[in-house]
Amino acid sequence: MHIVVCVKQVPDSAQIRVHPVTNTIMRQGVPTIINPYDLFSLEEALRLRDRHGGEVTVVTMGPPMADTALRKCLTFGADRAVLLTDRFFAGSDTLATSYALSFLIKKVSENWGAPDLIFCGKQTIDGDTAQVGPGVAKRLNLLQLTYVSKIESFDMEAREITVDRRAEGGIQVLKTKLPCLITMLEGTNDIRRGSIEDALRGARTEIITWNAAQAGITDLTLCGLRGSPTIVKKVFAPKPRDEKAFQIEVEGKSMSDISDALIAEIGKRQPVLERDMLKGAMSY
Amino acid sequence: MNEKAKAPAAEPKSRANQKKELPEHLKSYKHVWVMLELERGVVHPVSWELLGEGRKLADQLKVDLGAVVLGPPGGTDASVADAFAYGADVCYVVENPALVDYRNEPYTAVMTELVHKYQPEILLLGATNLGRDLAGSVATTLLTGLTADCTELAVDADGSLAATRPTFGGSLLCTIYTLNYRPQMATMRPRVAPMPLYQAGRTGRIVRHDVSLPEDDIITKILAFLPDGSTDKANLPYADIVVAGGLGMQNADNYLLVRQLADVLGGEWGGSRPLVQKGWISSDRQIGQTGKTIRPRLYIAAGISGAIQHRVGVEGADLIVAINTDKNAPIFDFAHVGIVADAALALPALTEAFRKRLSAAATRPAAE
Repeated sequence: MHIVVCVKQVPDSAQIRVHPVTNTIMRQGVPTIINPYDLFSLEEALRLRDRHGGEVTVVTMGPPMADTALRKCLTFGADRAVLLTDRFFAGSDTLATSYALSFLIKKVSENWGAPDLIFCGKQTIDGDTAQVGPGVAKRLNLLQLTYVSKIESFDMEAREITVDRRAEGGIQVLKTKLPCLITMLEGTNDIRRGSIEDALRGARTEIITWNAAQAGITDLTLCGLRGSPTIVKKVFAPKPRDEKAFQIEVEGKSMSDISDALIAEIGKRQPVLERDMLKGAMSY
Repeated sequence: MNEKAKAPAAEPKSRANQKKELPEHLKSYKHVWVMLELERGVVHPVSWELLGEGRKLADQLKVDLGAVVLGPPGGTDASVADAFAYGADVCYVVENPALVDYRNEPYTAVMTELVHKYQPEILLLGATNLGRDLAGSVATTLLTGLTADCTELAVDADGSLAATRPTFGGSLLCTIYTLNYRPQMATMRPRVAPMPLYQAGRTGRIVRHDVSLPEDDIITKILAFLPDGSTDKANLPYADIVVAGGLGMQNADNYLLVRQLADVLGGEWGGSRPLVQKGWISSDRQIGQTGKTIRPRLYIAAGISGAIQHRVGVEGADLIVAINTDKNAPIFDFAHVGIVADAALALPALTEAFRKRLSAAATRPAAE
């Protein structure tokens, strides 16, 4: 069995700061991490491999420094890591990204066999679009199972997989054929620590690095900014509201007086709220 | 890398602000569409919210507002009537046994076919699991642009869709265009837009479209649908009253004060992102850009500083009350009423005051 896992190196969003004057992102010194959503997919892939045998290939598209994310994946136990990096990819939106990733995966297939499963993260924490997984599936003409909370059964012989998929108001139990693309829901598993052997192997193993041409991409007009139908025209900070919050007087007041003053203020601004609340709060 | 491959790299930046003339085959694309999420006989309210937003865009562009309604044979009538009442001019209706529940394959096939045949210039979907699953497939099939999770949709002077969304984890906003491709696609999350007015008796044109979707050709099968139990399932986006806590609550025990106030008010409780990371609340109770967007009539934020990531998730609230020890906290920039105080002390007093007031009012003879 061959499983391909797509990951992305992202800035740790908790540590992103915006320059107060220029409104630009201050990237300097912001540490990068593997997109946290990808780890649920990686762990699921590793578990399937451990149970059914085969190999897990981790791939990413990004700048040369994205190799650190791939190396980390190797230390978790991935068998192979491939980085697709080229300046032509700069400024890719989700459509251009899925184009490049589809070539990367095709090239991986040529070298190490067609994947039976492809995993992507549900979404990334920097783009938050959740579009690249479905995009890659469509580009490769694969069936897709998104927001999977559990793999119920996996049958290599029959080439069938059954999963629980999170839907509105409940769980859809879906059965489909391999090969297919899966995105895992967050919180469905915990990424393993990785063994000492994997840590050593991860440090030694070469990260296979391809540029656009080596991945077999011939039409560069479909890559990067040029290949992106969406255009970011403006980046800006939200407008502050005209007036600041009306402050309830607190100086020298008891908490109980402050509370009464607040309730009065709420009543003034939302006159029918209390009546409506009482309809649902008659038990108090 | 050969010379030829290098050449195009010189110009990529110049493209960003250019509007080329639309290619000839895309010029005929007109009208604004909303894809209705109809599942098990119920339309997700985000679809009505999108019809409200779509109505404004269509009026500005002076075009029709279309609703796409997919479902099983005989299963769309009520939704079609509601779509007209919420502002649609046209309903594109496709009924087929294969469309009884959402599946990516048949839905993508039908949506793509409808777009090719009837050619909308704008296509809007909910940023729900269904909408995101479908939008990504449809946009890739059509090779057009798709902007996820918009907080604002507008039409600019030359008629292009300006889709605004938070970026970089919600620290800034950006406005995104799809200038040279059609349709211009976008998703919007539940509760970002208000519910439009329901105009009973309003009606419109129905376009029925037949498709052939033999079940044998659809590989993915739905084996079962397991509905969620109704107990303890947070429904923050649609709650009228929400009380939330932040790191200013200091510890998990103090966080219980948030729940107590929510209980007395008959509201929902939630929190900011750090509380999920600390394990005080589950992720379905996270409020903000990466959690839920809420639109309650009353929102009480206790010990929340009000970073932009939180702000974009609560700005639709009618009345925002903030309790924070720091009088310079950003939350006071967008709250309507503020109290500079320790939320751990203020909440119990407020809970008690509300309890007294509500029980006194409840025991009064009905005054209505």
